Amino acid sequence: MTAAAPEPGVTARPAGGGDARPVKVAVRDLTVRFAADRGDLRVLEHVDLEVREGELITILGPSGCGKSTLLNVIGGFVRPTSGAVTIDGEPVTGPDPRRIFVFQERGVFPWLTVEGNIGFGLRGLPAADRAARIRHYVKMVGLAGFEKAYPHELSGGMKQRVEVARALAVGPDVLYLDEPFGALDSITRLTMRAELLRLWQAERKTILFVTHDIEESVQLADRIVVMSQRPARIRRIVEVDIPHPRDLSAPRYLELRDAIFAEIGLAHQI
Amino acid sequence: MARRLSPATRLGLPLAAAAAALAAWAVAVEATGTAVFPSPLEVAAGIGELARRGVLGAYVADSLRRVAIGYLLALAVGVPAGLLFGFSPLAARIAEPVIQLLRPISPLAWIPVAIVLFGITDAAAVFLIFLASVFPIAVATMTGVHGVPEMMLRAGRNFGLSPLGLALRVVVPAALPQVLAGLRIALGIAWLVVVAAEMIAVSSGLGYLVIDARNAGQRYDLVVAAMLMIGVIGLALDLLARRVERLRPVRWGFARES
Repeated sequence: MTAAAPEPGVTARPAGGGDARPVKVAVRDLTVRFAADRGDLRVLEHVDLEVREGELITILGPSGCGKSTLLNVIGGFVRPTSGAVTIDGEPVTGPDPRRIFVFQERGVFPWLTVEGNIGFGLRGLPAADRAARIRHYVKMVGLAGFEKAYPHELSGGMKQRVEVARALAVGPDVLYLDEPFGALDSITRLTMRAELLRLWQAERKTILFVTHDIEESVQLADRIVVMSQRPARIRRIVEVDIPHPRDLSAPRYLELRDAIFAEIGLAHQI
Repeated sequence: MARRLSPATRLGLPLAAAAAALAAWAVAVEATGTAVFPSPLEVAAGIGELARRGVLGAYVADSLRRVAIGYLLALAVGVPAGLLFGFSPLAARIAEPVIQLLRPISPLAWIPVAIVLFGITDAAAVFLIFLASVFPIAVATMTGVHGVPEMMLRAGRNFGLSPLGLALRVVVPAALPQVLAGLRIALGIAWLVVVAAEMIAVSSGLGYLVIDARNAGQRYDLVVAAMLMIGVIGLALDLLARRVERLRPVRWGFARES
């Protein structure tokens, strides 16, 4: 891999007002209500958010709080009741191959091989280019030797890597990840986080990552968007000013983690 | 069910069970001293006689031909109809009462109608087979399309697929295992019905043989011979359909959770 150790300070740079990078994703006064049996279900209320180019943002909140809905609105799959999302200044009106949504591993196509899945979005390319891209991303996610395997022959972590590779192969500039590692065992989950950071540092995509896992948030994010219970608002945005690779027992890591536990109202004692 | 059986066990045990059934049949005929019901050997002789007369192959071919035509017609109508109902909730709503009304009517109830429409011809039998298999095919196709996970549709749209591209590259392959399962069930039904259809509507085929052998001289050895042939061919058709389910692009839909 060409990406060497991360430059110190890059990810620690404050990403708020002082960040010089251009705004990639802007969410303005977003409200979502779903029609329900008894009146409207209020899911999101007045959400404002700016994500800078190349940032890795996690959206953290309790299960069912509406954080997935927020990601689906940004991804163009759900229309907001009011407010707007713009990317590079253009309003989002639907899904777009420049921004790929990665579901939990269930988004892989079971009728296609690893190769077929990774090449799914590359129909328009000449065969030789397509094959080269597939080879590149198969290798990048560590699936060399499994090109001809079908998803049901793979483990959960491998399927998740297929889906990430399929997304990266079309060269998107934004990735949306909706609890991508939620269905994996805890060891695989740690490995996958490290791999995601490696890929992010290699390709410098803007990443929006939804999770309910506080530790995961602090391990990955430049900034953590902490959501409230439904109807979800942004409670707070926490900047994680620790360079990668992060030491999970460093005082600063523990301090940030505990602050978020406190913010969400959980004492981390069992 | 994860235990792998050795090939000897996998083939040997079912064969042993079949042999035991044959033996029980032979013993039962012997013990009761029945004059009407034939023994396995008499049936084997009957099959030999049919083969010598040149009837066996001709009747099997006739039956298979009728099933093939009726079943293919049902495919040609049922799959597009199922796709239409699957893709268009409006079309499904409009057609549903008619389909739900016709579906529970046994193909046997259509026999008089078939005879009025087509006379005592092949077409009447083919019509019955078509009717019997078209509904399961259409319903399985529709259910398959409805069952495609939302996530896969979203993934397809995310990669920029047009509605037609989404249908061809996501919906059809995702629904295929369910559709094939329906096609296999429909094939079984079609074969069941050919026998009934031939008992009334035509003068050749294995179903006709069952009735004809009884009417013309109480030849129960030939009746049972025809029954056995029907069973063997039904089994062969099912095994054939199962082979299709093993093809790699659809195997995922039939594989047990590993």
